Amino acid sequence: MAPESPFTGFRTLLYKETLRFWKVSFQTVAAPVLNALLFLLIFSHVLDRHVTVYGEVAYTSFLVPGLVMMSVLQNAFANSSSSLIQSKITGNIIFVLLPPLSYREFYAAYVIASTLRGLMVGAGVLAMSAAFVEVPMANPLWVLAFALLGGIILGSFGVIAGIWADKFDQLAAFQNFLIMPLTMLSGVFYSIHSLPQFWQDVSHFNPFFFMIDGFRYGFFGQSDTSPWLSLGVVSLCFVVLAALTLAMLARGYKLRS
Amino acid sequence: MSLAAIRIQGVTKSYGALKALGGVDLEVGQGEFFGLLGPNGAGKTTLISALSGLVRPDSGALAIMGHDVVGDYRNARRNLGVVPQELVFDPFFSVRELLRIQSGYFGIRSNDAWIDEILASLDLTHKADANMRALSGGMKRRVLVAQALVHRPPVIVLDEPTAGVDVELRQGLWQFIRKLNRDGHTIVLTTHYLEEAETLCGRIAMLKAGKVVALDTTENLLRRFATHSLRVRLAHPEHATALGGVSAEGGWVEFGFDSYADVETLLARLREAAAGLTEMQLGEPDLERVFVEVMHRA
Repeated sequence: MAPESPFTGFRTLLYKETLRFWKVSFQTVAAPVLNALLFLLIFSHVLDRHVTVYGEVAYTSFLVPGLVMMSVLQNAFANSSSSLIQSKITGNIIFVLLPPLSYREFYAAYVIASTLRGLMVGAGVLAMSAAFVEVPMANPLWVLAFALLGGIILGSFGVIAGIWADKFDQLAAFQNFLIMPLTMLSGVFYSIHSLPQFWQDVSHFNPFFFMIDGFRYGFFGQSDTSPWLSLGVVSLCFVVLAALTLAMLARGYKLRS
Repeated sequence: MSLAAIRIQGVTKSYGALKALGGVDLEVGQGEFFGLLGPNGAGKTTLISALSGLVRPDSGALAIMGHDVVGDYRNARRNLGVVPQELVFDPFFSVRELLRIQSGYFGIRSNDAWIDEILASLDLTHKADANMRALSGGMKRRVLVAQALVHRPPVIVLDEPTAGVDVELRQGLWQFIRKLNRDGHTIVLTTHYLEEAETLCGRIAMLKAGKVVALDTTENLLRRFATHSLRVRLAHPEHATALGGVSAEGGWVEFGFDSYADVETLLARLREAAAGLTEMQLGEPDLERVFVEVMHRA
């Protein structure tokens, strides 16, 4: 039977990946929003009266964009990585590998669905936070650009991890020993100017720092480093990771032996 | 000459030191019901995986309805439906959702009429909206068949589809597959149930250690390799060995022969030896004997 549209295969895989997380949205969307709000509640209660950032920005306001971006990044990664490893371990990945889908369609569908989940959780955190905290948005386009790039990068990272890992344990190690430390040490909870010079320098080797700093610039019009430098670093990360993921998929690494 | 449904030329595949396929050449014509037999580890599943693009061969070429499975993979895959050996399913979706999604992967957006027809044929209509987790093993197996058929492929490969399936379901499944074959679909079957292969397949290839060791029509294989058998119970079975008999279970002694004319000679020799015939059974040649003989000789 001839295909009705050349994009139907891709659209269906994207729909299936989106439906997959939406069917368990309490776990995949509502729970991460609640987690981020608990961080906000605790840190703002403890630090808001003692810390200001960029001169006059209240700590709670400063914290919100960091938590939003952290949610985008962690959930984009979790989506593609968990979907792929579950499919590999249960064996149902075969239903995606047998149809006439190209590796580019495979990549685009998994990464877009992951980005979508990241953005949904991020938007949820932002909307809920805005009910309690004043959060300005000086440059919405910067906010959108960094949220999209961050989601795509971590979605790609998730594809790599999901394909590479042979068991849940390996994926958990990837998440806990790489993604989590890089996120937590990227300036979600602090401005790097509050760190000693050595750790400020070290932070510049963490690409997550640039994702969060650039994203925060979109809210306050101020940031720890130039937003253009952040955009450059994040764009470079996107190109490198997309190329690496596409090369893995083109070779059929761990998918087509 | 019509286009072959499947053409496999010089296909090799190794996993480290293990040679899974050692130069397989095979052609399956359109409309055939073809059996692919072999012991565990013979390379059947590797060959099917190479056909479906899950395994990349080290050398050689494979084509489905004239479409190369690597160079023209989109058309090759559109022409192929595979029922996998493992009972795999996606626990997030209902049967209907899965079939709609599978249709979409093959580029078909509106496929409900055909999906309803497949569900009815496989007696799954009442489970269309049930989650896959709620289905029994036999029902999950039927959903796998349905998933392989959503895009109406002309070539269907069934990799041990009746493993662990009860008799009633097995018969229902074969009725359906036979109907598909009558409607013009090419069927390739791997199975360890040799009586099924004997009944269903017009032509059979036997694989051993990654190589085709027999390839012929089922009828020719039975004629070439299998002998008739005469099973007897004797008052003095010790005489049987000298006459070429082989001890079998239950005190039976088995003799092989090529034509019924040999039976007379055999019985005369048993009488001469005073073996004391007490009971006798004649056995027709079957694929199991052929299989054992071919694997022994290869």
